[in-house]
Amino acid sequence: MYAVRRWSVRHARGLEACYALFERALGVLHPVLARVGYRRFEKPVAAVEKTVKGFLFDCRMCGQCVLGETGMSCPMNCPKNLRNGPCGGVRASGHCEVAPEMMCVWVDAVAGSRRMRAGDRALHAVQFAVDRRLEGRSSWLAAARSRAGAES
Amino acid sequence: MRFEDEPVPGYPLPILPGHTSPGRLERVLRAGAFAVTTELDPPDSADPEDVYRRARIFDGCVDAINATDGSGANCHMSSLAVCALLTRLGYAPVMQISCRDRNRIAIQGDILGGAAMGVCNMLCLTGDFVSAGDHPQARPVFDLDCMTLLEIGRGLRDGHRFQSGRKVTFAPRVFFGAAENPFAPPFDWRPFRLAKKVAAGAQFIQTQYCYDVPRLSQFMRKVDDLGLLDRVFILVGVGPLRSAKAAEWMRSHVPGVHIPDAIVARMAGAANPPAEGRRLCIELIQEIREIRGVAGVHVMAYRQEEAVAEVIADSGVLAGRVPWHPGRDRDPRHEETAS
Repeated sequence: MYAVRRWSVRHARGLEACYALFERALGVLHPVLARVGYRRFEKPVAAVEKTVKGFLFDCRMCGQCVLGETGMSCPMNCPKNLRNGPCGGVRASGHCEVAPEMMCVWVDAVAGSRRMRAGDRALHAVQFAVDRRLEGRSSWLAAARSRAGAES
Repeated sequence: MRFEDEPVPGYPLPILPGHTSPGRLERVLRAGAFAVTTELDPPDSADPEDVYRRARIFDGCVDAINATDGSGANCHMSSLAVCALLTRLGYAPVMQISCRDRNRIAIQGDILGGAAMGVCNMLCLTGDFVSAGDHPQARPVFDLDCMTLLEIGRGLRDGHRFQSGRKVTFAPRVFFGAAENPFAPPFDWRPFRLAKKVAAGAQFIQTQYCYDVPRLSQFMRKVDDLGLLDRVFILVGVGPLRSAKAAEWMRSHVPGVHIPDAIVARMAGAANPPAEGRRLCIELIQEIREIRGVAGVHVMAYRQEEAVAEVIADSGVLAGRVPWHPGRDRDPRHEETAS
């Protein structure tokens, strides 16, 4: 929902802290997840993730979440799916060129990321082209797995 | 400016050390000359003569001609085809590539194909949304964005690989460009976005129409502070306005165009609006060229292409230089040589 999405951007800092806790919990669960097999959790976790993130961010389940780097404003809500900053068509009011009733997700991303711990530094990194195979899959599990992989 | 190693029209120039393309635009910019580019309105026809007729209008006043890729999401002859026609005569086209209509498989194929047809400059754009044009019912693709397109293009040229990692046996030798709009929010973030484009592989930038010189100066100062001026050539977009009504229409209908009220008022008060529009454009060019870091201008004169020659001549930015055009070197008046 648009209003909730805007709220999330305004509370980017708190959501960032929540996610950090959640990620740590997933890290603790890693041995269990790994033993039973991440694949088995894929469907139920993706369903929960879709519901939670769908409510908070209008998440599109691209499967390669960058909310932590975009001020909690989901770039897949941009009609052009821009993952690297605003296009040149942003209206003087900061609204979207395509959907005038909507604030540009990148104007929000800049504002949101300035509320986060690292500031807007993360916005300066060039994001890779989206891997469309990951659509619908859980970013949470992917993050937990890669984090555990990096630590072991 | 005439290059010593001027080839037969349609053949590439030798690639100089430090250059990435065998093209004239890169040569002119790296030689430090003030470059002029323009935009060709692609025909709604399959007749090559329509392309040549539109290109001839610019003979002797521009260094490169942009071939738009369905600009404004309207259907026209493809940019690849317009470019391929232009290179036959030796023109230096800038092939615009938009992410709206093709996915990464098609786009990478077009980069190779364009380079094979002698296209030396490619401008990587995200593109207007389909709803802006004459086919709002079409499916928007946006598989890539301008930034990832630049990265993939650079990977093809420097890494000799497709995004998949598969090898390319002969890499496209291309001068890559991107667009920027210093006149759209979030203003303070625009210079960083430019930095990102440079990091992704942009070697030159063509900006949106500039009617607000103070805003541009502010932007350029910040770009300078970020240390980008040595790494990218910035060509500022300009264009003659036809009337106050046209200005009003442009700023409310064309995405990303910002025209201050004072400019609209000046056009409204003019006795001869088209002439006033050209005069205004000349003044803007002269002010813009004084800004540190501006490497040239990109003149967009949609439906008044004949005005480009006059505007460029009267602005004096070419300083006596005659950009290459078919037949230039048969004209005994232009005998001077530059390396």
